[in-house]
Amino acid sequence: MSVVSLKKVAKEFGAGGVKALEAIDLEIAEGEFISLIGPSGCGKSTLLRIIGDLIQPTAGDAVVNGKSAHQARLDRDYGIVFQDAVLFDWRTVAKNIGLPLEMMGWDRGKRSERVKEMVELVELTGFEGHHPWQLSGGMQQRVSIARALSFDPSILLMDEPFGALDEMTRERLNLELLRIWEASGSTVVFVTHSISEAVFLSTRVVVMSARPGRIVGIVDVDLPQPRSIDTREEPRFAELIREVRQLLRRGGGFDVEEPTPTGEEDFIVAEEQLQ
Amino acid sequence: MSSTVVEPVPRGTLGARVGRGLQDWLPAAVVFVAGIALWEGLVRGLDIQNFLLPPPSDITQTLWTERETLWPAAWFTFEEAFGGWVIGCSAAIVWALLLARWPVVAAAVMPFAIAANAVPIIAFAPITNNWFGALNQTSKMVIAAVLCFFPVLVNTLRGLTSVRPQQIELMRSYGAGQTQIFRRVRIPNALPYIFTGLKVATVLAMIGAIVGDYFGGSQNALGIQIRRQAGVFAFTEAWAAIMIASILGIAFYAAVAALERLTMGWHPSARRGAE
Repeated sequence: MSVVSLKKVAKEFGAGGVKALEAIDLEIAEGEFISLIGPSGCGKSTLLRIIGDLIQPTAGDAVVNGKSAHQARLDRDYGIVFQDAVLFDWRTVAKNIGLPLEMMGWDRGKRSERVKEMVELVELTGFEGHHPWQLSGGMQQRVSIARALSFDPSILLMDEPFGALDEMTRERLNLELLRIWEASGSTVVFVTHSISEAVFLSTRVVVMSARPGRIVGIVDVDLPQPRSIDTREEPRFAELIREVRQLLRRGGGFDVEEPTPTGEEDFIVAEEQLQ
Repeated sequence: MSSTVVEPVPRGTLGARVGRGLQDWLPAAVVFVAGIALWEGLVRGLDIQNFLLPPPSDITQTLWTERETLWPAAWFTFEEAFGGWVIGCSAAIVWALLLARWPVVAAAVMPFAIAANAVPIIAFAPITNNWFGALNQTSKMVIAAVLCFFPVLVNTLRGLTSVRPQQIELMRSYGAGQTQIFRRVRIPNALPYIFTGLKVATVLAMIGAIVGDYFGGSQNALGIQIRRQAGVFAFTEAWAAIMIASILGIAFYAAVAALERLTMGWHPSARRGAE
């Protein structure tokens, strides 16, 4: 059974305004790591928010765990991580991580036990009592990930979570995220701008076109699991990156300024090839 | 990574804290003493008439010799200011909560609130004396309360609404309703703003109470004392009364500032040197 099932999902902003998304069909199976990639403004963050019931689609259906996305949100099926850590300044690291648990009515003992596990998982032991402004950007993002995982949501929605970090921190957090994903067995939907990050992390990469966002193609990433630092050195890694890049080009991802008729034709051909 | 961590302010021993406090206050204390000395020296050296500007030593002496009239009067007026501050600030915070909860109400009410704020409230002092009785403290409390209301309202409202959208999205993803969002995000987020308003309001409350006294009232009110002494050319006594008003005003402000520091140890501004 699909964990996420999108059928003909479309989104327009404003009354008859900008078309952000058009005819999105996507099935995500349990335990998958899916990346959404595409040019700026292609609606990948919008799509993520539709899955998480933070935005309502103008048309189409989003079914999550066999129920409406709305019900899934109320059932707390989602853990969300944004580009900014979005921590609450007035709470310590431990209390930020424990926030969803507090809201779910966990008692103090159970809560602190889980928080401790989470702190260990993201390797922040010793920082439980710190406030967010006392942490580096990478540490803040790890707190944010720990918070999203604390209540064991079945789906992790991540909107460019490492976009604001430097390359070195980013690569380390990529590996950490994969380790956490393998341990938790949850399904991940991951929005990114980085082709290599998408290929490195994912089981499938969903490539989207320039606005209105459509799915240009889906690349199956058949790199062996678990991924490691050496994965990036494999010839297959480079091939997959080239595939993603070609799809992006067909979707207008590389010539956004000049969407020529030729580009449009390429784009249609690509879609037909896929079906 | 730990090298990038900003360490929290070490509390240290009592001795160390007093020592640090001295260091912080020393420059201001030097300026204060020098200013008083300069005042005293100029008045005596240039032989300035007492009714134009009495030397600080005379004022301090009068503060003591007239203590039996001045201090009770000061306390009486401080009660007016404090009562008005409590009424005005609580009303403002309640209104801000309502306006933040129902933006439609805010859109309907705020233009009038802004227009009302442009009205010189002090001019209403004779009217409130007429409404609530010149001899009791209520009429002065009303003036003080009205003066306090607007800055606290505007600050609180800004604090309640200047929440990052992603913080709200995050709370919604935990299935939070409006009440939860207010309790756990909007109100804590508004605290620094509220305290800014409360501090400004202490000064306004003192002004409101004293000016309210000017327009008539009980003989043992500070504003009446200032007016009467100045009326009979007892300017040293008038200065002494003003001095007491200033001391109370500063103490009032400092008390609220201390309360702020107590409630908001988490805030980055609590870091040493950030204020």
